[in-house]
Amino acid sequence: MKPPAFAYCAPERVDEVLALLAQHGADARLLAGGQSLVPLMNLRMVRPEVLIDLNRCADLGRIERTAAGVNYGAMVRQIEAERSALTGAHCPLIARALAQAGPIAVRTRATVGGTLAHADRAAELPGVAVALDATMVLERRSGRREVPAREFFQGDMTTVVESDEMLRAVVFPTIDAAAFADFFEVGLRQEGIAIAGLAAYVAWTPGGGIAAARLAAIGVESAPVRLTTVEAALKGQTLTPALIVEARHLATAAVDPIDDTHATAKYRKHVTGALVKKALEGARDGTKH
Amino acid sequence: MAPSTDAHTRRVTMTVNGRSVSAEVETRFLLVDFLRHRLRLTGTHVGCAHGACGACTILLDDRPARSCLVFAVQADGATIRTIESLAQDDRLSPLQEEFRNHHALQCGYCTPGMLMAATALLAETPDPTETQIKEYMAGNLCRCTGYQPIVRAVKATAARRPK
Repeated sequence: MKPPAFAYCAPERVDEVLALLAQHGADARLLAGGQSLVPLMNLRMVRPEVLIDLNRCADLGRIERTAAGVNYGAMVRQIEAERSALTGAHCPLIARALAQAGPIAVRTRATVGGTLAHADRAAELPGVAVALDATMVLERRSGRREVPAREFFQGDMTTVVESDEMLRAVVFPTIDAAAFADFFEVGLRQEGIAIAGLAAYVAWTPGGGIAAARLAAIGVESAPVRLTTVEAALKGQTLTPALIVEARHLATAAVDPIDDTHATAKYRKHVTGALVKKALEGARDGTKH
Repeated sequence: MAPSTDAHTRRVTMTVNGRSVSAEVETRFLLVDFLRHRLRLTGTHVGCAHGACGACTILLDDRPARSCLVFAVQADGATIRTIESLAQDDRLSPLQEEFRNHHALQCGYCTPGMLMAATALLAETPDPTETQIKEYMAGNLCRCTGYQPIVRAVKATAARRPK
């Protein structure tokens, strides 16, 4: 339960990080909060030759309001993102999701960028990013590119980040203050790994109908999945009991889950439908669960 | 951080329980192993060594953290508190006394992590509700007590504070 030897670098500037990535590429790993990478290193499932510790890069730890929304540097701790006044004012769904992302002693270390780049299928924040169409800001020495969240996640622990690239920041769009936004999940125990989860956003028309619904499920497939058939069925409609039943059936049909030691595929389909029902009932009643 | 000729070792300096310590460490050395084997502060326990159990919880710059998921080299310049900081001159702290009063431990393996998590909770929220205690302590696993005595001990400690 000890990691094998590695060369350790702790640069204080992002350009130094990018130079190290250009030099070492796939032999290097970036260390953010260490709540996923260090266990994998302790178990010797990941054995980087070079560990580039981002914890001394102050530039990566900021939360800033931008024209497009709220920009979270990759090294913003999850507890800081959850408690930030900017999150509360502009994107409270992030706080709702992160509150379920693990125990306090994990969230004090775990980062926004770390959980996104690690891309565990059961992680909460990737679901929020996909539901809200967040923008992932990637950087390498030769330049920067922006990738929509829906294209960023490729599968289990796989993203579009190249070996000489880093996830530098993520921009979450501002949520309409009148909209409903909440995060739901089912797990074996409180703060345990999610069997299935749902990031839900419902914006209203002036007449009380659904202007837009955005739903993304986590834990069911190898990457967060947008429930586009459900969203299409909801758009422009009034949230009646019959519509909620239809949405639940559509959600159950929309996902193609896996079986594993935690739950069967059939159960995950059921839970996905049940969470959509719970979310829409919450949206209708204007309540948080 | 002082430069080193060998990329696999570094000199680190940190404050542990109010005392400044400095040592040359292998970069792969986990903070919990540094505390236990180098500083001989064996009160902090290693349970699972992959962040699942919470037995190794310490305070890293006043916040609870799993010391099995931090490399010692990362704690350079940090302030650390372990369970050894709780008792003063062999007198148990109020939290430790209430753990004893409420039988909040049996085998004691999880206790150092429980005490440090509860210390962090009470520093942040001096009078927590039962739900707040349960949520805050959810990352610390105990196979003996069934948790209820632990929750009661934390509540009793909060109740001892002057209102």
